[in-house]
Amino acid sequence: MKYLCLIYSNEQVLHTSPDSPADPECFAYAQSVRASGRMLAAEPLQSVSTATTVRMRNGKLSITDGPFAETKEQLAGFYLIEARDLNEAVQVAGGIPAARVGSVEVRPVRELNL
Amino acid sequence: MTHPVEAIYRRESRRVLATLIRLLGDFDLAEEALHEAFFVAVQRWSQEGVPDNPRAWLVSTGRFKAIDRLRRQARFTPLLQEQANALEAADWSDEDVEDDRLRLIFTCCHPALAADAQAALTLREICDLTTEEIARAFLATPATIAQRIVRAKGKIREAKIPYQVPSRDELPERLDSVLRVIYLVFNEGYSASMGADMTREDLTREAIRLGRLLTELLPEPEVMGLLALMLLHESRRPARTTASGELVLLDEQDRSLWDVSMIGEGCALVEHALGTRRFGPYCLQAAIAAVHAEASSAGETDWPQIVGLYDVLLRMMPSAVIELNRAVALAMRDGPLAGLQQVEGILARGELLDYHLAHSARGEFYRQLGRVEEARVAYERALALAQQAPERRFIEKRLAGL
Repeated sequence: MKYLCLIYSNEQVLHTSPDSPADPECFAYAQSVRASGRMLAAEPLQSVSTATTVRMRNGKLSITDGPFAETKEQLAGFYLIEARDLNEAVQVAGGIPAARVGSVEVRPVRELNL
Repeated sequence: MTHPVEAIYRRESRRVLATLIRLLGDFDLAEEALHEAFFVAVQRWSQEGVPDNPRAWLVSTGRFKAIDRLRRQARFTPLLQEQANALEAADWSDEDVEDDRLRLIFTCCHPALAADAQAALTLREICDLTTEEIARAFLATPATIAQRIVRAKGKIREAKIPYQVPSRDELPERLDSVLRVIYLVFNEGYSASMGADMTREDLTREAIRLGRLLTELLPEPEVMGLLALMLLHESRRPARTTASGELVLLDEQDRSLWDVSMIGEGCALVEHALGTRRFGPYCLQAAIAAVHAEASSAGETDWPQIVGLYDVLLRMMPSAVIELNRAVALAMRDGPLAGLQQVEGILARGELLDYHLAHSARGEFYRQLGRVEEARVAYERALALAQQAPERRFIEKRLAGL
């Protein structure tokens, strides 16, 4: 079963709080998940100030600056993992270093009905 | 006349359901299979007699009914054919049955489910209460409760919450979640029992039943502690309110009304749990309740011991509400001024400002110290914050007596 782990945090404090993980720690954790065979993909994201929201309405492309919703916490990165069940996914998500300063939303991936 | 199936339903239905959920991997499918199995049992057993192992018979019948159902539906959805085949091939034995009941408890109380859904699902699946009964107990509409249960089952299925007893390293955290649900069900019934709605008393009974079941399946110290705590609180029920529904505080209760057998059982459980030296907050709260239970009057209560138990509890679980309770015990040990200083300290930190019990405790300490005006102000603040009618009447009576 595939789960997407979405890492949210307040960008203002993500890299400055005492618990903030440095890049090498994040990289090392991603490596350990990869080594366990559960990793499908994982990437950190640029700041939300670089976000662009795209909509297609009545055949017309609309482009706006910024994220879809203004919230206190922003999407900072993601893991796409393969896990046996939610318990296993939660274990992987809990180990993501950024979970110490932000939060990780764990969402099962839906299979398309084809 | 009761049909033999009725007694077997009461004894076995939750066990059979728990096993069917494991075998079928789906709550709804398992519930339908359970009902079909009992439907067949009612017809068959009256003619052929009850089988030697009715539980195994019910599980096996329910399983085949589910396979049939999947096969019928498979004409439209080929995927179900595979599921039916897999089910037919799967082996099952009676050995796992006790574990299935624990699996069901841990799944219904999984922390990934919404807190209110955990309680509703537990009462529905483990206690076999109807949606209407749960709705009455939680003062909600049946539609709301039904929706909570549907959502929870949907999440179990879609997010794949596993049907298993947690591993040893996950156990403490997951057990906390189960104990929280049981205690919530208990408190929902206990705190409301002074109201007009008598049906909510059922909740405390169900919570105690859950506590007993869990103690039997998983005799961890905190599980025993919670059961003891519930029994010791419940033992005081007849003394907590007057016939007209007025609230009676612990120190004014007629202790001859306390249920002696519940106290005996609760105290024995506490002693056993404390003896393991792996106790936690529920054991300590039960120990405090046990000290009260063993005293023949408020004056003869071993207050130094209660204060000491609160000290340990606070170190384990810092909380302003526990501090407030400790302040009341401290006042009994060292006098009202000692209690007052503690409560003022909590309020000065900005905590419990909107908690009516903090203000009524302050009012009581001032009253005992003869500082009537300050007592009045504190009681008036408590009255403004109190929600339940008996509590309001109680505070009004205190105000009138100043």
